[in-house]
Amino acid sequence: MTTTALKTEEITLNMGPQHPSTHGVIRFILKTDGEIVHECIPDVGYLHRAIEKISEKMEWQGFIPYTDRVDYLAAMNCNWAYSLAVERLAGIEVPRRAELIRIIVGELGRITSHLIGNGALSLDIGAATPFTHNIRDREMVNDLFERICGARLTFSFVRPGGVAYDTPPGWIEDVEEFCDYFEPRIEQFDQLITFNKIFTQRLAGVAAIDTETAIDYGLVGPNLRGSGFRFDLRRDEPYGLYPEFDFEVPVGQGQIGKLGDCWDRFWVRQLEMRESLKIVRQACKKIRGETSSHTAKVKKILKPPKGEVYVRSENPRGEMGLYLVSDGTANSVRTRIRTGSFSAMGIFPKVAKGLMVADLIAVIASLDIVAPEIDR
Amino acid sequence: MTAEEIQAKLKAKFGEKISDLVVTNDPAKTPVPHYEKHFFVDRAVWREVAEYLKYDRDLLMDGLMCVGSLDRKENLTAVYNLYSYTHRHRITVKIDVPREDPRMPSAEPVWKHADWMEREEYDLMGIVFEGHPDLRRVMLPDDWIGHPLRKDYTEPEEYRGILTWRENLLGKLPGGDYTQS
Repeated sequence: MTTTALKTEEITLNMGPQHPSTHGVIRFILKTDGEIVHECIPDVGYLHRAIEKISEKMEWQGFIPYTDRVDYLAAMNCNWAYSLAVERLAGIEVPRRAELIRIIVGELGRITSHLIGNGALSLDIGAATPFTHNIRDREMVNDLFERICGARLTFSFVRPGGVAYDTPPGWIEDVEEFCDYFEPRIEQFDQLITFNKIFTQRLAGVAAIDTETAIDYGLVGPNLRGSGFRFDLRRDEPYGLYPEFDFEVPVGQGQIGKLGDCWDRFWVRQLEMRESLKIVRQACKKIRGETSSHTAKVKKILKPPKGEVYVRSENPRGEMGLYLVSDGTANSVRTRIRTGSFSAMGIFPKVAKGLMVADLIAVIASLDIVAPEIDR
Repeated sequence: MTAEEIQAKLKAKFGEKISDLVVTNDPAKTPVPHYEKHFFVDRAVWREVAEYLKYDRDLLMDGLMCVGSLDRKENLTAVYNLYSYTHRHRITVKIDVPREDPRMPSAEPVWKHADWMEREEYDLMGIVFEGHPDLRRVMLPDDWIGHPLRKDYTEPEEYRGILTWRENLLGKLPGGDYTQS
């Protein structure tokens, strides 16, 4: 019997909502012929908590704990993004010491987020050990976070005007010690998995996204940089004290497969952790002898003057945009949160066409999507 | 380009379909960057304006950052935050649609990113984007009634037999509801 005589049939396959490699509660409706995906329709909204609507009933500072839950893997950065927007709206000046603490916790937050992102990627395609290594290192950052604010996941630490608490004694030294510990660990991770032949074969050349497509579909952050476009809000539209810091913006170059493939996105995150360490080290140097307060004087019930802002900040999952509208009262009129993961969902129908089901899992992990950030 | 220059350029091309520049912030209280100023576009020409914004050599707004929406009582407003990765400038454009007839052209053919962004605004605010290839609800179930982000929205008592509220069980405690004291 020749292969042409074989009759195949397209079947509809449900991937999720409860699937270990969809990174949360997301459903993909796949039309497959054997192993080949013909069509992929993402179905989201299972974790929709109406955070944007809740903000209309909350006071400005009262909304901070909700921003933790937008992206629970990078809660520090979400707090920061929202605080930035409120500060712009209310015209609050942040003391220098607070800005430096923000940079330290923000970059440590980026490291923990990328640790989970890259660890989960390797776990999803079958390598379980690197994930455990990353979780071990993430715990150390969590310990540092616990010492500065008492929480390990949802911090509510960065608030309009500054940060909640000053650094405890010895904390800065311990952060530096962590940097010294962690730098060789990135190297070790690379030796363990990054250039492993099986691993690169699973990722290289899979779902290559060129720069133009990435911009058109609104990919941001490491996903955009993975496509070879050098753009980082910390450098190109800086906020806080980032202009004072010296760091590189790594981009994908297609060393192993094609430019903008899954491996490039993975590799950009690996490089970014090194850059974050650089920033943390510089901030630790700068904060010594910095005697200003850790927070500005902000009223308990904030009433920003009438106005609106769109503020964006570079989160681990790319640009987080906050469109806030105030009418001069203690509640916001509208809070619109633009997140990197939601934007990344739009590109699935395009890139998944013609992939194997197993490759689709690599694509989901390499775009580093987090379900609560999609649904908000 | 500053917001003033972008608005003047569009005004020269599209005439009175482009409104004057609006500043909602009070510059004396909060000094905001020029790009927080915005202007309104008539919904009849929005598609042409969007194409012009993206493809004109001086504008090249290739990045659609965000699509938001506002409920302004008699009108619903779609808000497009645009950015040019080439020229590194940004602008906010608003389109007013009447509440009884909230239809406007979709920007999906211009920016693919608008696909999901507009679906969300359709779902939660109820603005109907005409020419959108796949205008379905994205967050809420397909048979949900109403658009929650509208200011006059009231939450239904139940959805398919599932209550959306819960009795206050604290009142049944021996000491009563301690949160009320």
